[in-house]
Amino acid sequence: MYLSSIDRPGTDAASPAGRSRLRGIKAVGGNVFALGTVSLLTDVSAEMVTAILPVYLVFGLSMSPLAYGTLDGVHTGATALLRLVGGYVADRVRRPKAVAGVGYAMSALAKLGLLAVGRSAGAIGFVIAADRAGKGLRTAPRDALITLSAPPHALARAFGVHRAMDSFGAFLGPLVALAVLAASGQAFDAVLVTSFCVAALGVLVLVLFVRDRHDERPPAAAPSPREAVALLRSAPVRRLLVAACLLGFAVIGDGFVYLLLQRREEVSLSSFPLLAVGTSLVYLLLAVPIGALADRIGRVPVVLGGYTALLGVYLLLTASLRGWPLVALVLVLHGLFYAATDGVLMALAGPVLPEHLRTTGLALIQTGQALAYLASSVLFGLAWQLWGPDTAVRCAAAMVVPAVAATALLLLVRPTTRSHTEETA
Amino acid sequence: MTTQPTVAAESDPNPSAAPRPSGRTARIATTAAAALALAAVAIGYARHSSSAQAPDTAVTAETVSLAPGPRLLTLTSTGQVTTVGKADPGGARAVSPTKCDRAYAAAGTVACLYADGALGTVTMRVLSPDLKERKAIPVSGVPNRVRVSASGRMVSWTSFVGGDSYATLNFATRTGIYDSRTGTLFKTLETFSVVKDGKPYQASDVNYWGVTFTGDDNTFYATLYTKGHRYLVQGDFAARTVRTLRDRVECPSLSPDGTMIAFKAPVEGDSTRGWRLSVLDLKTGRVTETAETRSVDDQAAWLDGSTLAYAQQHDDGTKDLWSVPADGFGKPRLLLRNAHSPAALG
Repeated sequence: MYLSSIDRPGTDAASPAGRSRLRGIKAVGGNVFALGTVSLLTDVSAEMVTAILPVYLVFGLSMSPLAYGTLDGVHTGATALLRLVGGYVADRVRRPKAVAGVGYAMSALAKLGLLAVGRSAGAIGFVIAADRAGKGLRTAPRDALITLSAPPHALARAFGVHRAMDSFGAFLGPLVALAVLAASGQAFDAVLVTSFCVAALGVLVLVLFVRDRHDERPPAAAPSPREAVALLRSAPVRRLLVAACLLGFAVIGDGFVYLLLQRREEVSLSSFPLLAVGTSLVYLLLAVPIGALADRIGRVPVVLGGYTALLGVYLLLTASLRGWPLVALVLVLHGLFYAATDGVLMALAGPVLPEHLRTTGLALIQTGQALAYLASSVLFGLAWQLWGPDTAVRCAAAMVVPAVAATALLLLVRPTTRSHTEETA
Repeated sequence: MTTQPTVAAESDPNPSAAPRPSGRTARIATTAAAALALAAVAIGYARHSSSAQAPDTAVTAETVSLAPGPRLLTLTSTGQVTTVGKADPGGARAVSPTKCDRAYAAAGTVACLYADGALGTVTMRVLSPDLKERKAIPVSGVPNRVRVSASGRMVSWTSFVGGDSYATLNFATRTGIYDSRTGTLFKTLETFSVVKDGKPYQASDVNYWGVTFTGDDNTFYATLYTKGHRYLVQGDFAARTVRTLRDRVECPSLSPDGTMIAFKAPVEGDSTRGWRLSVLDLKTGRVTETAETRSVDDQAAWLDGSTLAYAQQHDDGTKDLWSVPADGFGKPRLLLRNAHSPAALG
């Protein structure tokens, strides 16, 4: 599993071009595979709980519908702040692995927490918040480690490999939950315990197999908060941040997409959960090839293509096409959107950010995108309320066009990252 | 994933950061050992849970009939359909092998909402009084509420659907209505037009639960959730419309004479603190709290014109059936252990 040192560009250049396929995989680096394994295990654990949580709360604990739907907004804001602080701390102590580890461990313990708190509404809310905080804390250091572990010319592919492993875990999670339920005679607490065990194994793999950084970094002084803020004064970083916010603003959220799809297709009501499975399957299959494509033809065009696929999703949701072709097309385009944007955007950001502030920078971009997305989903709900679902989707579609155009203007016309990707390719 | 020790050793210019082969062996061994130990914990716990499951109740020789009569339908904690005498709930209990997660019956129509496996398919089964299936409607989610109109014609159910992401906890409900005379089926009421506070209203977060029917088999009451409010709504099935009546009324249950609604009221307006079982007088708008001071999370059933029945759950998941007078006086009385989903059959 430990491939970290054969991914060096020097080694790569020396190997014969004929083995390009094998080389392509190896170029990604062992650290990325180790991180992918951690994410795979963590996602199995998380999705196991996702699959049973409603049933657990309603049947296991006899909770009422919608008793806990109100926690959402507050925690999103708190998580955003935590993510920024975590990113800065990771850079300051120069140990992204440790910060990511804390995040993974928090989420693992939250699984036991759910079991321990019983049916107290406040305590369940707290445990869920801790789990989410863990996710917020670990994302930026983990992505920073990926950018530090793979050579620049293979960065999008590295993210593709990581995201494919991550989605594979998400795909497996519900199946593992089903198997545990079958084996334990429908015991939800057994699912929670198994979920914890899988997550704990993920933390162990992180501790033992993930290396903090690929190269020994120049012994620079720990970055000051002022330096972190100065990131915003760097034009390429600012352009990327603005682009990420604009793009985040164009996303209305999976929940709305599936809800709209379900409203149009009465048949899909009982197979509602399959919509998410379909999307992650497409994402899982396309993440690596699209990452490789982004390394070859440039990351900006691929990201823009991804958002164009999202535009396609919105347009299909208002078009006259119906039945399974509509469902299939929407899910393929939606999966394509994720494959072309989620990891590729991070691969785009990595080289722009100075190494000693990389986690802070990634956290900044992810937070900007997440807050823009939150605003967009709130506004979408409002538009739905005022004008109905069809007009709301048309508004969302109308938002994608200027967002994509502005991003193209920001990142293509004034290129900042292409030079990095091309110098080693 | 293959291991490439030689390449790693040769090409790494920074030996201090490279793992020693022996170090790697140790790490792999540690991981394998930990994986085995964690697997043992998970399997051990699952087996322990499996053996701790409550067993089914033995099926009685006396067959269960849900035809109108002086009996009370209840489910056992494991979901078996049973009846007891209404006058003597502690007496002999007829137990069938048929299972439901929620059940209700009226005038010879039995509604049995059943999840076949925790994540498997959920079916709204409409049964005859001798528990033969007449109609099966596939439903998604977790069974939550079920009701039949007094004439036996209209059937309604609510299931609980998970959010898209476990971290967001955006749960939703789906409530459907089936007209067994005309065959008209609405799998979700979310397509009905809403009039809120006298004005047309639409929002993406509209959710319904807990339908209760009036005697005309067209008008119904239900809970409508939107933007943090839980409204009592009155619906018109033929016109596909609902209108809001008042806030903070959940899981309505209409009295046999159609003048009162039993419901769960959030304790001091905050549902995270539990619910007080209360009764609303539809004519005067007056709300009376029942003498049950413990939180009640159930759609109550009327045993007669003045008594409510509802379930209380224990920490181990078993449920007991209780009753309390609807007028606010008296005190809660334990009707039957190991029972929930009550319906008076006559």
